Amino acid sequence: MTRLAVLRSAPPTAWFGLLVLTVVALLALFAPFAAPYGEREVVAGPFEVWSESHWLGTDNLGRDMLSRLIWGARNTIGMALLTTMIAFVVGAATGLLAGTVGGWADRLLAWIVDVIMAMPSLILALLLISIFGASTAMLIGIIAAIEATRVFRLSRAVAMNITVMEYLDAARLRGESLPSILWREVLPNASAPLVAEFGLRFCFVFLFVSSLSFLGLGIQPPTADWGSMVRDNATLITYGDVTPLLPAAAIALVTVSVNLVVDWVLHRSSGLKD
Amino acid sequence: MSETLLEIRGLTITARSGGKTSTLVEDASLTLNRGEVLGLIGESGAGKSTLGLAAMGFARDGCRLARGSVVFDGQDLVKMPERRRRRLRGARVAYVAQSAAASFNPARTLLEQTIEAPLRHGLMTRAEAEREAIALYTRLRLPDPETIGRRYPHQVSGGQLQRAMTAMAMITRPDLIVFDEPTTALDVTTQVEVLAAIRDAVAELDTAAIYITHDLAVVAQMADRIMVMRHGKVVEEGETAALMSNPQADYTKSLWSVREFRAQTKPPSSAAPHVEARGIVATYGDAPVLHGVDLSIQPGRTLAVIGESGSGKSTLARVISGLLPAREGECRMHGEALPPSYRQRSREDLRRVQMIFQMADTALNPKIKVRDALGRALTRLMGLRGRAREERLHQLMREIDMDPAIHLDRYPGELSGGQKQRIAIARALAAEPEFLICDEVTSALDQVVAEEILRLLDRLQRERGLTMMFITHDIATVRALADDVVVMKDGHVVAAGQKDDVLDRPTDPYVRTLMESAPEMDPAWLDRLLASRAA
Repeated sequence: MTRLAVLRSAPPTAWFGLLVLTVVALLALFAPFAAPYGEREVVAGPFEVWSESHWLGTDNLGRDMLSRLIWGARNTIGMALLTTMIAFVVGAATGLLAGTVGGWADRLLAWIVDVIMAMPSLILALLLISIFGASTAMLIGIIAAIEATRVFRLSRAVAMNITVMEYLDAARLRGESLPSILWREVLPNASAPLVAEFGLRFCFVFLFVSSLSFLGLGIQPPTADWGSMVRDNATLITYGDVTPLLPAAAIALVTVSVNLVVDWVLHRSSGLKD
Repeated sequence: MSETLLEIRGLTITARSGGKTSTLVEDASLTLNRGEVLGLIGESGAGKSTLGLAAMGFARDGCRLARGSVVFDGQDLVKMPERRRRRLRGARVAYVAQSAAASFNPARTLLEQTIEAPLRHGLMTRAEAEREAIALYTRLRLPDPETIGRRYPHQVSGGQLQRAMTAMAMITRPDLIVFDEPTTALDVTTQVEVLAAIRDAVAELDTAAIYITHDLAVVAQMADRIMVMRHGKVVEEGETAALMSNPQADYTKSLWSVREFRAQTKPPSSAAPHVEARGIVATYGDAPVLHGVDLSIQPGRTLAVIGESGSGKSTLARVISGLLPAREGECRMHGEALPPSYRQRSREDLRRVQMIFQMADTALNPKIKVRDALGRALTRLMGLRGRAREERLHQLMREIDMDPAIHLDRYPGELSGGQKQRIAIARALAAEPEFLICDEVTSALDQVVAEEILRLLDRLQRERGLTMMFITHDIATVRALADDVVVMKDGHVVAAGQKDDVLDRPTDPYVRTLMESAPEMDPAWLDRLLASRAA
């Protein structure tokens, strides 16, 4: 099937997800052009209502809400994406290696991962942030390390199913090196579940980053970010204003959309039809 | 004229997948009388199982009984509501699947599962059902019929489990049982017991049966009538004896003649051994598998290693190839010791010994095209690149009778089972080996295809003077291809020597049992064997 035909066969839910993600991605990429005002620009008084010049009003410091939502997409999603990619490269590489090689290397890695996974991830993250500080680079490193353990578990399980296949024996008898076995024989057969996992992992990282920001430990002001925007404007809720719920709704919308797309990809790659 | 139990007329079964509709069974008709056994034979994908299930009014997920009728005892199962069909199943029609191990619930005892159907249908009380189950266990010659029902599925052997499943099917005294390859997964010595038990029980209780198999010799023993299927169509049908002795359709004739292939036997030689194994002891973890195995193969000859599952024959192949280093003992080639692990072997050592695996499906990486699978072997082991590699690829494809223009750029999933095994052979040949290990290379293939593979291997061996070790559980294959034979049991060699000496004049009692148990095409074979054992 060509790519176009694959897309055409997608169910409406997947279409919806793809559409939302495309729009959000475009807004995030072209934030400087899409946003009416700058990210940190104070343009009016605090907590102004929705108006012609500020469609969604202003926030607690008088910055344009719509502009910060658009800039926030760039920051929050960008950071979550980068974190997920790091978690994947680290987790999948070690997981596939452990599952393929087995033996003591596998046991050692699995033991380390079990220790990390035994601690609730939010509490572990809070602990590490209080030790190392909340700089963006540190946040990415900490969350990637925690999420990499989940990726490790999955890739190891997938690799263990592949390593018993006879084509791996054939490759070993050909004198192939370990990197070449991993790259040529194992990875192509592990890619389908890993791609699906990437989507789900992204959702978790995204929610993780937002939760930390909401607690004031994530992306630091004045950088625009959906999680901290909810917190900064939370007082408005007491006055019956929906504005602070908008960044929360954006978080939910992106998470749901990714899930819809992942469901479809999983469905296709697992060979389930109808 | 006995009473008609089942009548299928013009049945067409279709399957939908990925938006495409394909026909699995086309315009099939059959009639089955009470107490009659119909053998359904054909290669994989011929639609035998689909038709067998349709006889119970059942279609697998995604399949549909599109046209025609299935009349069971006067009622059309196709038009019947699902609720009423379900009431028939397990009560008046029953099914025995190929893999009993996969069909039993491992967490419940055999007896609980045997009596489930009559209790569920409210046909018997628990006490009656238990009595009946024990009577059936006795009839099916299970050991300790009074107590075997208290065991769990993993506590009995494969052959016993298959008989317990037959008991489960028969307990409601159904009018019809569909047996779907019930002995295919069993060893030959076990198969004989199960076949005899099933046949006698079916005859004594006057049950009608549809017996599905791909093994002609088995169906000849079991069926009153045989129906041959191919590509979803009925090719031929007739009384067993008549059809066996005088097949009409060309396809049936070709099926009948597959076991006729015989490679030219090479005269005995006294040359120094090409490959030797001395005192091989091997374990998986701490479980011993091989206990001091010796064998030697002379250059250019074919050694068949025969044995039932668990005898250690595949382990021996893994030891010689270096995948599983031996605990004790050594393998030699031209008198020189080979390092035990493939990791320590030189590229030249790896090149000289090539292995072909049982399942081409798992031996070829599904994500790598034929060109790259073969090309990688040429580059790694022969150092070929660019034009030279491309030319050799084409040459290899022609050697295995495949078209380079069509097949080189396909993925394994786009090839048939036989073609995949050919590619696996080509991958081994790419290294221009001296010694070829074939591990059950034909057992996953249909008989007609398997025979083509055997002919190909024989031709390649003669052209290239290859030394071969051929591992199999199938005696017919050994007779077709081997010069010398080694028989293994429980990790020991119990007999070794030239083919005729070992197979036709067996001195070891196990070898004799093994030889007798290999089914023959003669419909009277099972009777004769049972009579001679009773005497």
